[in-house]
Amino acid sequence: MAYSQDIRNVFAAQIAEIKTAGLFKEERVICAPQSSEIEVEFPIGSAKKKVINMCANNYLGLSSHPDVVEAARKGLDHRGYGMSSVRFICGTQDIHKELEEKLTEFLGTEDTILFPSCFDANAGVFEAVLTEEDVMIADRLVHASIVDGMRLAKAQQDTYKHSDMAHLEQKLQLHQNKRIRLIITDGSFSMDGDLAKLDKIVELAEKYNAMVFIDESHTSGFIGKTGRGTHEHCGVMGRIDIITTTLGKALGGASGGCVSGRKEIVEMCRQRGRPYLFSNTVAPVVVEGALKVLDLISKSTERRDKLEENTIFWRKGLTEGGLIIKAGETPIVPVMLFNAKLSQDFSKDLYEEGIYAVGFFFPVVPKGQARIRTQLSAAHDRHHLEKALAAFLKVGAKYGILHKTKQEIIDMYGM
Amino acid sequence: MSAIKDTILEYIKNEYLEEGDDREVTFDTPIISGGIVDSFSMVSLKVFLETKYNISIPDAKASPEAFDSVNNIVSLLKELGVE
Repeated sequence: MAYSQDIRNVFAAQIAEIKTAGLFKEERVICAPQSSEIEVEFPIGSAKKKVINMCANNYLGLSSHPDVVEAARKGLDHRGYGMSSVRFICGTQDIHKELEEKLTEFLGTEDTILFPSCFDANAGVFEAVLTEEDVMIADRLVHASIVDGMRLAKAQQDTYKHSDMAHLEQKLQLHQNKRIRLIITDGSFSMDGDLAKLDKIVELAEKYNAMVFIDESHTSGFIGKTGRGTHEHCGVMGRIDIITTTLGKALGGASGGCVSGRKEIVEMCRQRGRPYLFSNTVAPVVVEGALKVLDLISKSTERRDKLEENTIFWRKGLTEGGLIIKAGETPIVPVMLFNAKLSQDFSKDLYEEGIYAVGFFFPVVPKGQARIRTQLSAAHDRHHLEKALAAFLKVGAKYGILHKTKQEIIDMYGM
Repeated sequence: MSAIKDTILEYIKNEYLEEGDDREVTFDTPIISGGIVDSFSMVSLKVFLETKYNISIPDAKASPEAFDSVNNIVSLLKELGVE
């Protein structure tokens, strides 16, 4: 037998180490559609509990919107359940092409190609487009999917200190001997909630003859006056060469992702992108749901406006209440606790108060930078946020960290 | 080799420490297991070493262990023929 007891013991020991290090992750089972309020069973076997959800990427509150659900339901009748095919064989329906066109229009680019997820888009794009003559210069806090995608490509890799434009400029100068220089950044950094300085990045790209790639997964739909993303917010629409984004967050929350940008880049993905060539096409039901989402948010900015108001209220409330948050303007708001165990205990106590928010610690974030990451939604009404705020301040008072400095919290709890 | 050690240490401090970060970094400081350099941004250190010393470091040798301190890096460079 290949899976002997000895081999089983090897893996069991690794799992035990993860538990000993306090890094073991447990799933919480949600017994309801995704929303601002959900019913959770945690631990498994315990009574279900109604909680306010402060940790979903459901930024526009569209994950369970009745119009989106209805559009998806019609999609099942109209175009079936699954295609049982990759795109280029027999997996492209008219609705896939329609969604790609609508995304191109929404993002202000030349062309778009769908992928099964944005993780897949990031995994496929660099390898499809770049060669060993090229260099990828990435912000050090880019998403894990970008790190993986860069590792698959033959181009040289380099990095710059997070959002440090002087350091980026040094790297661009260093790599002037390469065929293509590609600057890579997230639009909004998923653990910190800050926005890329995209206007400065584009300026440097034009000065040093480089292309720009941005992952807009945590910005598409709600950053910028009409929710087009970081490029709209920074006034550089039309000047970004490659955009990847997801349909699995604000844009419906189901699945799917895309590469959008210069038409030749998109065509290269169509011809050589491995996740596109070898993975199943996005299901028709998801495509129809996403088309409805784009329709809703193109007609009105009501949802992104409400999200912006919620964000302002939440950030102000936490700060005035005495908790330390990372500065920024996005609906990703990390409450800084620094100590890993404190972040886990804080999260458990919040859950008892009816608030669902998760602690993040090493290796997801750097050592000594543990936090509870909160995420706002347009589905949150004011009473949800008032209740959540009261809970955060109550638990903060319990641990004696309100109106304390970072150093004071570290002195109390360690790093 | 001591000039090479100094050069690499200087590079690591400039490349990886933010302004205001006053952590002490010596030739023995575990820079990767100690959290100063992560496995992703380690690629920049590899680029620097390859460019500075005109060598190619095979992927199999560019491990977090081999890069975990200035002293470890210098051992690797010796192995690759850098004097």
